[in-house]
Amino acid sequence: MAKTSKPVPPSNGSVSRPPTAFEYGYDKSFRFLTFFAGLLIVVLLAYIFWKIGGQAAPAMRQYGLSFLTTVEWNPNTNEFGILAEIWGTLYSSFLALIFGGGLGIAVAIFLTQGFLNARLAWVFRLIVEMLAAIPSVVFGLWGIYVLIPAIRPMASWLHDTLPFIPFFSTNLAGPGMFPAMIVLSIMILPTVAAISQDAFKAIPMKIQEAAYGMGTTKWEAIRKVIIPTASGGIFASLVLGFGRALGETMALAMLIGNSQQVSLSLFSPATTLASLLASTFPEAGANQIGPLMYAAVALLVITMAVNIIGTIIMSYTSRQTVT
Amino acid sequence: MKIGNFSKGAKVAAVAVAMAVSGTFAHAADTSLTGSGASFPFPLYSAWFKDFGQKTGIEVNYQAKGSGGGIEDFTNRVVDFAASDAAMNDEEIAKIDGGVVLLPMTAGEVVLAYNLDGVSELKLPRDVYPKIFLGEITKWNDEAIAAANEGVELPDENITVVVRSDSSGTNFNFTNHLAAISEEFNSTVGGGKTVPWPKASNFVAAPGNQGITATVKQTPGAIGYIEYGYAQQTNTPYAMLENQAGNFVKAGPEAGSAALASAELDANNVAFITDPKGEQAYPIATFTWMLFYKSGQDADTVAALKEMVNYGLTTGQTMADKLGYIPLPENIIEINKKSLEEIGG
Repeated sequence: MAKTSKPVPPSNGSVSRPPTAFEYGYDKSFRFLTFFAGLLIVVLLAYIFWKIGGQAAPAMRQYGLSFLTTVEWNPNTNEFGILAEIWGTLYSSFLALIFGGGLGIAVAIFLTQGFLNARLAWVFRLIVEMLAAIPSVVFGLWGIYVLIPAIRPMASWLHDTLPFIPFFSTNLAGPGMFPAMIVLSIMILPTVAAISQDAFKAIPMKIQEAAYGMGTTKWEAIRKVIIPTASGGIFASLVLGFGRALGETMALAMLIGNSQQVSLSLFSPATTLASLLASTFPEAGANQIGPLMYAAVALLVITMAVNIIGTIIMSYTSRQTVT
Repeated sequence: MKIGNFSKGAKVAAVAVAMAVSGTFAHAADTSLTGSGASFPFPLYSAWFKDFGQKTGIEVNYQAKGSGGGIEDFTNRVVDFAASDAAMNDEEIAKIDGGVVLLPMTAGEVVLAYNLDGVSELKLPRDVYPKIFLGEITKWNDEAIAAANEGVELPDENITVVVRSDSSGTNFNFTNHLAAISEEFNSTVGGGKTVPWPKASNFVAAPGNQGITATVKQTPGAIGYIEYGYAQQTNTPYAMLENQAGNFVKAGPEAGSAALASAELDANNVAFITDPKGEQAYPIATFTWMLFYKSGQDADTVAALKEMVNYGLTTGQTMADKLGYIPLPENIIEINKKSLEEIGG
């Protein structure tokens, strides 16, 4: 609309006038500032990589790729390997993504698609987002004191009746993959729910109306029109949630059991890169610093890779969706 | 009324400001010391430093970042003193120009806390508890445990072994003790601040003394090792352990002192009592050290450090028992007082 109106010549009393020198300079400096801020982030990231990579380099040369494929971590004999940590990081995050991600999208649909009246939906949304404000260590304590005792009977029942299924092949002693996964799911839920809700809200009303106009039911409209349209945003929320899960430290260090094993079992203790770093670093001797930095690089690379792949897939899928 | 309150408030504020200002001046004139290192003695040290600061005006800032971090800071000379549960090894000592003075300042015991319904007293023989921590004994009603605990109803329950996930001095002392009394433990797991525990589903690791305590308390059938002071403060039951002399001993100040009495300090004042002798000695006891420079500091700092150590060796020792530490035996205090003179400028 603005394009069709003719430019009004500058004159006294007109709303339109050329920018003053101040506004021009203001605009310029704002642009410079945003450019600088953007650049700073890139530089910062490169600096972190360079700094950690530099400290990790000797260990990388010494241990090479076998560092990534062995499970022993024994500073007394200088054997270092982080396969169990990589496995635990990816496995716990992946499980959390399935549960927390699914739940988060469901919550987003529930709160945006008119199942509730607007005010109630707003209250619910607030509550879900408040989960993000709970400190990690509180989640850890909640896991130890509430969650583990609550799930123990179910876990031992599953192990006793279905021990041949790999997921239930061990007994839940207390801390382990399962409680860690549940807490992680809850922790990524607000991220997934909030961003998915924004994606759903961004869908123009006319698309939903068009769907109803075609005679779809509410369920069909959500499944066949709304979700595909919002898929880019949903995917972004999942990538962010996954990234959050990969780096989560404190709650996992308290709940996952910190045992260097590679196991499919949900009830067996496991460990993650972040909890290895957090728990070993403070008292690490000189021979451990290098391997720990190497592990940090591995975590950084995994997190970056997930985000980059996510972004690529997102930009690919968003081209195909309705806008 | 209002005005009265206001002027009262103003007076209070003025006094507070005056106190704050004079306080700052007073402090500025005094020496302050910085230290970092071991977290195990931190509850005791912080009690010392608070009282010491009030009495002498010498402020001691101590950061409990861990023994490894303390030694690192000490080597880089960013602190006036450091603390370590594992003292310093020869390689680390060699890095310090002018030499170091290591002083054992207090000592602690490590207990095996357990969670068994209805079992208020548990005896663990010295050939049994290493096997539990090797994952070889996995049931509470195992014959080896039952034989030592006649009359105790041991449940048919799995043992969940809770170990430290973080690198720590407690780990160092506990695993070195197990390695000293069990050849098998020594060859498969070994002693150290971080050790490769058996990879079994009944082994879980938790961070810190508080992490192990919480996990043991929440897990039926669990056993884990924690500092005596933690067990005491949290009312966690712990086992009596069989010592070298064959007696079952409960951790406490007397049993701890008995263990320390057998220690023979080397030229650097270091001794690890991995398997103490003595009829009533508790088997897992350890010193923890403060580290000082022999040279390279100004006279004021040296004087303040000496005053601090003197305080720790006298008044400080009387606080140890209440906070779960073992007061140092007389002979160790004497050795410390002699070594103290070596701290120099």
